[in-house]
Amino acid sequence: MAERDVVRLGGGQGFWGDDLEAPVRLVEGGPLDYLMLDYLAEVTMSILRKLRSRDPSAGYARDFVALMERIWPACVERGIRVVANAGGVNPQGCADALEEAGQEAGVSGRTTIGLVRGDDLMPRLDELLQTGHEMAHLETGAPLSSVADRVRSANAYLGAAPVVEALRLGSDVVVTGRVADPALAAAALIHHHDWALHDHDRMAAAILAGHIVECGAQSTGGNCMAEWWSIPRLDIAGFPVVEVEPSGAFTVTKHPGSGGRVDRASVTEQIVYEIGDPHRVVTPDVVADFTTIRLSDQGRDRVRLEGIRGAPPTDFYKVSVAYAAGWMAAGTLLYSWPDALQKAQAADAQLRRRFERLGLKLDAINTELVGWNAAHGPLAGAPPADVPEVQLRVAVRSADRRSVERFSREMAPLVLTGPPSVTAYAGGRARVQEIMAYWPALIRKDVVDPHVRVEVRPV
Amino acid sequence: MRRVPLVQLAHARSGDKGDSANIGVVAYDEEIYRIIEKEVTSDRVKHHFGSWVVGPVKRYELPNLCALNFVLRGALDGGGTVSLRSDAQGKVLSAGLLRMEIDVPDSVAERTAGWGRVPDGWTPEGS
Repeated sequence: MAERDVVRLGGGQGFWGDDLEAPVRLVEGGPLDYLMLDYLAEVTMSILRKLRSRDPSAGYARDFVALMERIWPACVERGIRVVANAGGVNPQGCADALEEAGQEAGVSGRTTIGLVRGDDLMPRLDELLQTGHEMAHLETGAPLSSVADRVRSANAYLGAAPVVEALRLGSDVVVTGRVADPALAAAALIHHHDWALHDHDRMAAAILAGHIVECGAQSTGGNCMAEWWSIPRLDIAGFPVVEVEPSGAFTVTKHPGSGGRVDRASVTEQIVYEIGDPHRVVTPDVVADFTTIRLSDQGRDRVRLEGIRGAPPTDFYKVSVAYAAGWMAAGTLLYSWPDALQKAQAADAQLRRRFERLGLKLDAINTELVGWNAAHGPLAGAPPADVPEVQLRVAVRSADRRSVERFSREMAPLVLTGPPSVTAYAGGRARVQEIMAYWPALIRKDVVDPHVRVEVRPV
Repeated sequence: MRRVPLVQLAHARSGDKGDSANIGVVAYDEEIYRIIEKEVTSDRVKHHFGSWVVGPVKRYELPNLCALNFVLRGALDGGGTVSLRSDAQGKVLSAGLLRMEIDVPDSVAERTAGWGRVPDGWTPEGS
């Protein structure tokens, strides 16, 4: 196959907070055509909306702007185009900041910014609810109107189409709000190979490639259980690169000289990550059948995936809504040998009697003895004998903010008033946080699509 | 037949969607896949997790990848942002499932002995 027929796409951030150097290594460490960066987890939008309510120019991933200032000259020089959902709840503000960063980076006149908007349903939420769009909870079936006054963000997961459009119009750096993560990556492949959106098998291949790269090093040896101890140099992990052929078949790899490992194990763990029914992996662009994937480990950090089949997409977008659902806090203390476990259990019992006497209105209390049962609860079995130490972690939630605030004052006194040999309270009071609960729902595509806007501007 | 922990036969990854978690279990080879496909049923997984998972468990098969996918509803004490657990997003449920013990032929138990666990003499310097 001619070299020009293969397009190379890299995934440089698996979430907001991922390795800051990874995109730099992807751009500088080997051949690349497209760089995809994912900044938005389920709850990120509500956090960004809170930031924007304090500062109208905020509400996007600032890390992305700083990163572009750093890598933009190299991207221009090498012809690497970037797709990122860094726009959060303010893609326009992100693009404005990006324009300034581009001028700072000295790429003015040599690059363009593409902007995709229309995923944000918050400004239209009342109207949508009043016109019969129930947005019922996908698990409980409850109508969104039951929490409408507490909704803090509502975004449709857009598909690849508007991102493809932005690339077609000549954008070098595409900024979006909420776009389904694999669709963001898929768009680059669809654009490059000029695939038809109704070519369901190729859409499935593009979505699979996106799914492989969207979590960064999770497909190249990070968080991989299979002989994890022998996976080399994760400190300089090569983030995933997919080399995608016109047929839709592709090879997962990483740059030469980078750390990590690409093999059957690392790629398969990522394929099954956060999926439901593998026969029907529903995305905005296609319903992909992961049971049709053929995987072959070709050695030397190369795994080839082919054969995936797809079916037509549904008429709905998934909507992610975040709504305020009370308050929570968690506090910890460290108990030492001897009888560390018993001391921690006694302290927990003491705390619970205090909560009762103070009349705290707590909806749930969860006690963990870190070192014994925090990770696996009852699966941990009987307590280990004579542990050297244990961390007591107590977490509470409540609709009543004052009860949670009072809880946050109740752990520290145990240091002088509870069982002995206790320490590590220097972290201070348990931080009281507002709970942003997640409300998954569906909305008809034809309600959202007319509001989607794509524009391109020079830097 | 011999009873061995699943960690010796398969690796796994888990994650969250709302209050559900999924665990993808990947057998180390096809012979092992055929065994775990028979042994690791959704009922058995539900029983294994006990009170830790309040909803039903559903299993899907991906024989093409030697993998099983389990979807556990009500597995996260309300879901990623509501849960009071340290593991609010179910990231280590995968390892929890690999504690399960199943019966395998002696030949399989022998050839997989020690798999899934750090070998003797390992030091962190090399990583």
